[in-house]
Amino acid sequence: MSDAPDSSAPDAVRLDQPWAISPAVALRPEPFGALAYHFGNRKLTFLKRPELVTVVRGLADAPDVAAALAAAAVPEAQWPGYLAALQGLARTDMIRPRQTEGAAA
Amino acid sequence: MTIAPERPGTGAGPSTGPSTRIGQLLPTTGDRTPRGDRLVDQFELGLDAPICLTWELTYACNLECAHCLSSSGRRDPRELSTDQAKAVIDELQRMQVFYINIGGGEPTIRPDFWELLEYSIEHNVGVKFSTNGVRLSEERAAFLASPAMNGYVDIQISLDGATAEVNDYVRGPGSFDTAIRALENLQAAGFSDAKISVVCTRQNIGQLDEFKAIADKYGAMLRLTRLRPSGRGADVWDELHPLPEQQRELYDWLMANGENILTGDSFFHLAAFGESLPGLNLCGAGRVVCLIDPIGDVYACPFAIHDNFHAGNILTDGGFQQVWQKSELFQDLRAPQTGGACAKCSFFDACRGGCMAAKFFTGLPLDGPDPECVQGYGESALASMNAAGGRVIPESSQDHSKKNPTRNQPVMLQLGRRPDDLEASLQPRGMPVSACAESPLAGFDPGTGALGGGGGCASGACGC
Repeated sequence: MSDAPDSSAPDAVRLDQPWAISPAVALRPEPFGALAYHFGNRKLTFLKRPELVTVVRGLADAPDVAAALAAAAVPEAQWPGYLAALQGLARTDMIRPRQTEGAAA
Repeated sequence: MTIAPERPGTGAGPSTGPSTRIGQLLPTTGDRTPRGDRLVDQFELGLDAPICLTWELTYACNLECAHCLSSSGRRDPRELSTDQAKAVIDELQRMQVFYINIGGGEPTIRPDFWELLEYSIEHNVGVKFSTNGVRLSEERAAFLASPAMNGYVDIQISLDGATAEVNDYVRGPGSFDTAIRALENLQAAGFSDAKISVVCTRQNIGQLDEFKAIADKYGAMLRLTRLRPSGRGADVWDELHPLPEQQRELYDWLMANGENILTGDSFFHLAAFGESLPGLNLCGAGRVVCLIDPIGDVYACPFAIHDNFHAGNILTDGGFQQVWQKSELFQDLRAPQTGGACAKCSFFDACRGGCMAAKFFTGLPLDGPDPECVQGYGESALASMNAAGGRVIPESSQDHSKKNPTRNQPVMLQLGRRPDDLEASLQPRGMPVSACAESPLAGFDPGTGALGGGGGCASGACGC
């Protein structure tokens, strides 16, 4: 039913990679941040900080993860925490690596 | 699951003491800042739109299950029209309600059910619907498995026994076969991951492995939920609800098999056994959950169809969003609660006092223990209320049960106990009043070929 990639071996989220929100995912703003629902695998996930929502929404338009973090004005000291959160989102296919021509793998 | 970078907890805000207005339902602290940084603390304050919205499309049903939580049977003449139902779906799409749980009654016997299903999916509102399977023919199964549904539909087939004997006892004759046929049709059509939805009862807790085997056989998932004393369930709860040792059996089984078993976050009262089961583990009524009934009334949760939990009506109170965000009842439910008598219990953080509907419909105070509290506080509360002159069980506010029994009605016959004094109980209580009362053929004389007119026996010999 799900068109998700094999969730047992998710790609590691790295700062120098382009990522994007999955096409089957909808984000709904909430007072604490947002709810993310994946219409394919039926997973519901909570983005517990508005800054994380900004980062996730910004992924698709940023050349890489680092740029999305910078665009959302996340202090660099907090990037490891955000990377871990993004890794969690990748595990349930909420975000996916973006295939761009010429992008470094 | 929670995805959040670490940050220091905000700690508890100031408490301003109990509020009397909000206290109509539950004692609260009157404080609306989250008590902690856990997501559950945020959820207690409510969301902009529900996560889990149940919509009972009709009170009409072909079955008359003994424990029906919505007392369904007859269609309500005020039922929302097709256009009104579509307007509800439009609003849910605007609110970004990701999916709806459609139930009833039996939703598939509404003639426009399939039209509404397609409409909802076209409008990005996923559908999970519960059915007894009566309309899931081969053709319908093929339609549900077709690309038109885009994989956005989930189907829950209700089955409350792993054998016809146990299932039909509460759901009525033939209902086991109907459900199995529906599962066969879905499997044959290639519909994957149908759900078998089981209400756990005293009679079927021992069949959990058999349920799992049925699910595996049909490529389905198993979904176990808790029996609530709601609707007609109030009438049979004493007989059907799992015994304390069965609750432990259920908990152990869920801990062992939990990964692939759905529970609808139903058993959070079992968390007080120790480790929490997967899920939010809080009462979501009016906070993340609510119910729209067939006539557009909004209630705090699917198990609380009662005036006391009625938040408003989508037709007369300005639409669903208005009711969800503004109703006084929901505001009250979102206010942090003190936990009452339960707050002293060391397991309060695990079970949070249990299920509001289960307390209400067994006549227990809402800030007291759940009637099935696994620490035994519910049982003692019930016993002490009984001893103190009896509990008052709330009368139901609405009942769409069929007025006359039909052939589908379950017959909950039980073998009686042997009387203490068998001899005495077998003695006739008196002489037969007349031959008529004893013999169905009294006074019939084949020779005359008539029983006589005007009533009574033809012979007149008996004096009737």
